[in-house]
Amino acid sequence: MIPKLFTFKGGVKPASHKDESADKPIRIAPLPSHLIIPLRQSARAMARCLVQPGRAVLKGEVIAAAEGPLCTAVHAPTSGTVRAIEPQPVPHPSGLPAPSIIIEPDGKDRWIERKAFDYRAATAQKTRDYLRDCGIVGLGGAGFPSHVKLGPGEKGIGTLILNGAECEPWITCDDRLMRERAEMVLAGAAIMRRVTGASRILVGIEDNKPQAIESMRTAVEKLGESAMEVIAIPTRYPAGGEKQLIRVLTGIEIPYGKLGTHFGVQCFNVGSAHAVFRAVAHGEPLVSRILTLSGNMAKPGNFEVLIGTPIRELLPLAEPRADTDRYLMGGPMMGVALQSLDIPVVKGTNCILAGSPTLFPPPPPEMPCIRCGECAKVCPAELQPFELYWFSRAKIFGKTQEYSLFDCIECGCCSYVCPSRIPLVDYFRFAKGEIWAREKEKAAADVARQRYELRLAREEREKEEKAAKLAAKTAAGREKAAATLAVAEKPAATPEDEAKKALIAAALERAKAQKEQVHPGNVSNLTPEQEAEVAAIEVRRTEIREMAKPHLRQDD
Amino acid sequence: MNNSPYSLKPASVQSVMLRVLVALLPGIAAYVWFFGAGILVQIVLASVTALVAEAVMLKLRGKPLKPFLSDGSALVTAWLIALTFPSIAPWWLTVLGTLLAIVVAKHLYGGLGQNPFNPAMVAFALMIVAYPLLMSQWPRVGAADFAVQWEAIFGNRQVLDAVTMATPLDALRTVLRDPEQRAMIAGVLGGKATFGNIGGRGWEWIAAGYFLGGLYLLQQRIITWHMPVAFLATLFAVSGAFALYEPDRFAGPGFQLFTGGAMLAAFFIVTDPVSGATTPRGKLIFAAGAAVLTWIIRTFGAYPDGIAFAVLLMNIAAPLIDMYTQPPVFGHKDKRGDSP
Repeated sequence: MIPKLFTFKGGVKPASHKDESADKPIRIAPLPSHLIIPLRQSARAMARCLVQPGRAVLKGEVIAAAEGPLCTAVHAPTSGTVRAIEPQPVPHPSGLPAPSIIIEPDGKDRWIERKAFDYRAATAQKTRDYLRDCGIVGLGGAGFPSHVKLGPGEKGIGTLILNGAECEPWITCDDRLMRERAEMVLAGAAIMRRVTGASRILVGIEDNKPQAIESMRTAVEKLGESAMEVIAIPTRYPAGGEKQLIRVLTGIEIPYGKLGTHFGVQCFNVGSAHAVFRAVAHGEPLVSRILTLSGNMAKPGNFEVLIGTPIRELLPLAEPRADTDRYLMGGPMMGVALQSLDIPVVKGTNCILAGSPTLFPPPPPEMPCIRCGECAKVCPAELQPFELYWFSRAKIFGKTQEYSLFDCIECGCCSYVCPSRIPLVDYFRFAKGEIWAREKEKAAADVARQRYELRLAREEREKEEKAAKLAAKTAAGREKAAATLAVAEKPAATPEDEAKKALIAAALERAKAQKEQVHPGNVSNLTPEQEAEVAAIEVRRTEIREMAKPHLRQDD
Repeated sequence: MNNSPYSLKPASVQSVMLRVLVALLPGIAAYVWFFGAGILVQIVLASVTALVAEAVMLKLRGKPLKPFLSDGSALVTAWLIALTFPSIAPWWLTVLGTLLAIVVAKHLYGGLGQNPFNPAMVAFALMIVAYPLLMSQWPRVGAADFAVQWEAIFGNRQVLDAVTMATPLDALRTVLRDPEQRAMIAGVLGGKATFGNIGGRGWEWIAAGYFLGGLYLLQQRIITWHMPVAFLATLFAVSGAFALYEPDRFAGPGFQLFTGGAMLAAFFIVTDPVSGATTPRGKLIFAAGAAVLTWIIRTFGAYPDGIAFAVLLMNIAAPLIDMYTQPPVFGHKDKRGDSP
């Protein structure tokens, strides 16, 4: 049966550049001189270090434990000695250093004792805990913990989607993985299906990877799993975006702020499924990944690399050309320029791309928007980027939200096609950052006000209590006088006071209700992913603001 | 340092504008064939004026000259002015119109991308109000003597009588309005010397040229189908309905579409993205509105062609139209069957 495919609107077709590395089989990268393993996994997750400098570790040994719901365990990628625990630059747009464990390999690459995990006998919760302790996160780039995504949503998961689209130009690591280890990927998917209770598995692969599709289809037949389908989807960036792929395969559109589980679907990268398989079937935690070295390199290729390998030590494998002027982590559409080559490969690193002035020429000067609408035609979120640009630039942030700024997935299609060469995505990142910051400030102000009001109330109460005590002390002496006073005053005062109090209480109640209504919509009821995004944006903000300044000043 | 995306499609404002100019060539060729090379003089006049005015304004506004002067937008405005003004208009009329378009309608509003009104149409509207007679003297079809046209443009307007005539639109209106003549549409349009086969001798071929250029713009994806289809279909429907209702008093859709500036407007004028609506539904409303207003002004108004005023009126409405026609965003459509 040929399944019915859906389409997503927009998208672009940049030169794919897959040929450079698609035919290069996965090679194991040599052991580096040292490994840098960051403890921070996301803005909201930081693993708790379990080792001391000088300690000998085995490959796969837990060196930091998961702390909190969005955290996974961290393992030694090879056997060796812990040399230090200190801040190191990590792959993050901010370039800020983060606490990391540095391991010096002993060259023996000795594993801990590995044993398979009997997921059939274990409950789903046990399996998820096991995957957390094996450090399994999404290998597509975002690095979101898989055990969280495998959890039961409010509706449960009916369809499991494997993302083998790999829509970014240059990157071929998933392609190679599917060609060479299709059975492991699908076996991993089968384990995930068991954990989630999903009834079917759909594997989406862009049709520019016929060998991968063939290999995966053969593997499906061999495994004999039911309701598991490999589907070739049209090649169009960003078909591998989670929301776009879900849309293409199922027709479901997941709006901003909702997760796949709200609609009974969940999407995993093929690399994650492979990691799940290795963890469950072989007892190997996630200590390595496959990545593509390509771009301005003499010998581009795909390599299985230990997590923590400094990029500098990886580059000679592909021989960057002399005119290389920068390196990107990720593809050319959404990748991040590396601030330093000392940063390590992390679990989300799928590609290191060498750039040169000829390969990625500096953009020509920005021209004014002529409202040609090209950006709207290619926007996969179906936004009107030129309107958003207008409002972002004018800092009319309320309007940007009316025009659904936060639905922007920053895929870069609009910037890619803009004839005026406007870095639209930069403007949107800037506007998002500003809005998060303002809402945070507002929330902080609310808290401060609340605390001030509470303090006033407390002081008032203490005063009253003091007065009461004082009154009690002197009560004996003045009982008589008080009694006469009370008789004279109370009846006259009480009804009026009561009415006043009631009025005040009602007014307070109204004010409170009003305040609740105008509570900013973007920082409440966030999903964990969004909260992570908030924090990440917060860090990026300063830099982006700096960067946006010249653009903003230009026209004054 | 710049941020992602790092690879960009090779596209530029300049290439967009240059392709618009290329798309105007078939219409210009037909123009020269039927009405003489005077139009080329006007195009040169308008282009030089536009570039000089653009350079001066950029200088005054402290903007870099090179990127903006070479973006081609001033040339597009200039060519549209030359094509909408009579090709035997005195040189200063074209120069003045172009100055108004570039200086007032474009740069005083903020330059490229900021003008709320279509600059070429501002020029046309101002000039036809200020100099109605000069703006109504059109060359006679077939009288393509270049020396005479040159003379008319740069010197002696006395030579004009021999070579001018009213445009078919103007002629039709004059005849229909004259109670003495009691003319009927069929009788008037039968006069092939002026009215040709569909939309006026010569004019219908120019319109065909613009249509061809418009198809090129569509193929190049510089414009979308919405505007031309909505404009032409609405003009067809409105004029068709009235022609059916009273065929003796109202010209039919064939004439309306192929005369005056209808084709030019459908593909080159209403489609101006800066001053027009930009959402898909908004484009349909914008172009349909312009078509209705064009027909009303042509039929009941005092000016020979209504396109300039129609477009300017719709320009005013464009922001409002865009605001109310925002397309739904991914995941926020409440269409049934779209999501379970």
